[in-house]
Amino acid sequence: MSIFGIIRIAVKSLARNKTRTFLTMLGIMIGVAAVIAMLAIGQGAKKIVDDQINSMGTNVIIISSNWGSQRSGARPAAGSGQLLEVADVEAIRDRVEGVLYASTIYNTWGRMKYEGNNWRTGIMGVDADYFFIRDMQAEKGSLFFSSDIENSNKVCIIGKTVADNLFGETDPVDKIIRIRNIPFRVAGVLKAKGQNVNGNDQDDIVLAPYTTVYTRLLGQHWRNMMIMVSAESKETINVVQQDILDLLQSRHRGTTSEEFSVRTQTDVAEAANKVSNTMTILLASIAGISLLVGGIGIMNIMLVSVTERIKEIGIRMAVGAGKRDVLLQFIIEAVTISILGGFLGILLGFGAAEVVGKSMKWSVAVTPWSVVLAVGFSCAIGIFFGWYPARKAANLNLIDALRYE
Amino acid sequence: MRLQHAPVVPWADSEERVVKDLLIKTSELSKTYVMGEFKVHALRGVDMEVSKGEFIAIMGASGSGKTTFMNLLGCLDHPSSGSYLLDGTEVHTISDAELTRIRNQKIGYVFQSFYLLPRTTALENVELPLLYCNKCNLHQRHEKALSAMRKVGIEDRRHHFPNQLSGGQQQRVAIARAIVNDPVFILADEPTGNLDTRTSLEVMAVLQQLHSEGKTIVLVTHENDIASYAERLVTFRDGKIISDVLNQNPHNALADLAKLPKLEEED
Ligand SMILES: Nc1ncnc2c1ncn2[C@@H]1O[C@H](COP(=O)(O)OP(=O)(O)O)[C@@H](O)[C@H]1O
Ligand SMILES: [Mg+2]
Repeated sequence: MSIFGIIRIAVKSLARNKTRTFLTMLGIMIGVAAVIAMLAIGQGAKKIVDDQINSMGTNVIIISSNWGSQRSGARPAAGSGQLLEVADVEAIRDRVEGVLYASTIYNTWGRMKYEGNNWRTGIMGVDADYFFIRDMQAEKGSLFFSSDIENSNKVCIIGKTVADNLFGETDPVDKIIRIRNIPFRVAGVLKAKGQNVNGNDQDDIVLAPYTTVYTRLLGQHWRNMMIMVSAESKETINVVQQDILDLLQSRHRGTTSEEFSVRTQTDVAEAANKVSNTMTILLASIAGISLLVGGIGIMNIMLVSVTERIKEIGIRMAVGAGKRDVLLQFIIEAVTISILGGFLGILLGFGAAEVVGKSMKWSVAVTPWSVVLAVGFSCAIGIFFGWYPARKAANLNLIDALRYE
Repeated sequence: MRLQHAPVVPWADSEERVVKDLLIKTSELSKTYVMGEFKVHALRGVDMEVSKGEFIAIMGASGSGKTTFMNLLGCLDHPSSGSYLLDGTEVHTISDAELTRIRNQKIGYVFQSFYLLPRTTALENVELPLLYCNKCNLHQRHEKALSAMRKVGIEDRRHHFPNQLSGGQQQRVAIARAIVNDPVFILADEPTGNLDTRTSLEVMAVLQQLHSEGKTIVLVTHENDIASYAERLVTFRDGKIISDVLNQNPHNALADLAKLPKLEEED
């Protein structure tokens, strides 16, 4: 008999048992949905990391020292615990070819005050180059200049969130705020960047000249310095990276390359993606197990269904169904269940990914290959787990099947 | 026994019936069921010939091997030994696949307990043998199934499920299924075993009608009344044929049906 005829028979007998068919389908459906959603969430996580890293700027190299971790036990003396120094930034800017901008960065936290309003946020001490590296502009007022840095002027640029919280409707430009009780003049408000993909507010920030931050705000024990560099082009970024490392080593006698961390954006992205890939694989494996359980569910139901329909099989054989017809009928029943379940699972997976994406503000991405994977997998499950019950059905002895009560 | 009053001619003496369009010939057909250490010799060497167009009733006590013999004739089972020639085919030598094809195209089987597929309409049940041969499309299938149902007078119940039909109606659906592929012969194993007198007569009338249209029919029964509608009576005992006689004066089921007292019509 033709394959289409058998498909018709299989679909009909599934339709005769709608509840059972649906319940069996549910296992595959949830499995496939889980795989799709997990892969989509994983893909979303990757995208978040990528976006975050891209938002650092273009062709960025980040330099920090590994002093503390490398020489644990031999903690540096107060204030000198830093391998990197401001002179290194000058050296990189002047002596490494292909460097566009370079900025010292000090990070700290502090409480700030304007009239009755309080706010607490991160404060970055930066060079004027930093604005170019990060592509930052002032919405109101102005950025600060090299002269402010040379003179350690007490000026700052504030992000929009800080402006809203401290000033409300008032125009912040040229007002004096007190950061850790030290008066700073607000030179300008940064153009709002909004939340990043991660939901972190990029406008909750205060920037000030690194010289001022160093002398006025940093404690004696924690003067951890970072350098951010922007290379001229993507093509030369690795050469620049190596040159910077060489330069730093030659400037700091007796250090090894391990004591500096000179990483490009790509390095950071790769490290982060490694983590998110591992996560994705882990999540997908767990989802895959549920798919496997769904497959075993199919086998279970098909076995029950074969036993339940022994008489039917006998009747079919008596009127002219061959072994092959019965085998195919049961396999097709299993495959139909799993494909239909897989299809509904894809829809459910899309839905779940969407909900997760909305509620966690992740941009989840259902990739075509994950759909192909899920469909292929559920088809394979149908054949694999349908095979054994179908074999059982096809190998029934006709007379015994007819006599079965 | 009513049958013994009718003039009966032994098979061996009826020269004119031998080898006239031979349909079935079994020789030394045996079947032994092995159940662990026990062996049940259900058939012990059956020789029988059936010509086209015969209507045979097989009789015998319970356990005498009637069903076993019918299963072999119907190609539902393999004999343990002996040979079986059906319409020119040496059935005992052929493969399972060919056996399946013969079941589908040459044989129509009617069972005591109907064996209709549950939750499947009468029409779909009748179509079943057609599904397993690639000869006809959907439309032709419907046509053939309907004409088979018309023949047995059940086409008005085509959309009913088996559990919505009476025993007699179910058996008629089963007969329609047996004849839908226009088989060379019909095997009926106690088709009236589960039916009351009236519906038994109705079923017999249908079989006699099919016989008059030229179908070869082999019927198993242990009721003499039922056997009296056939033209030839074969009796089994302990897996062997002990008598094989012609029934010169078969009863007419339709006439007997008319003689039955009328059912009180309610509604
Ligand atoms: N499938 C089977 N397995 C084992 N023994 C069987 C089987 N079918 C029939 N028999 C035995 O074979 C003998 C003949 O049975 P059967 O052909 O059904 O007799 P009948 O139909 O005349 O009542 C009986 O003794 C029965 O128990
Ligand atoms: Mg029997």
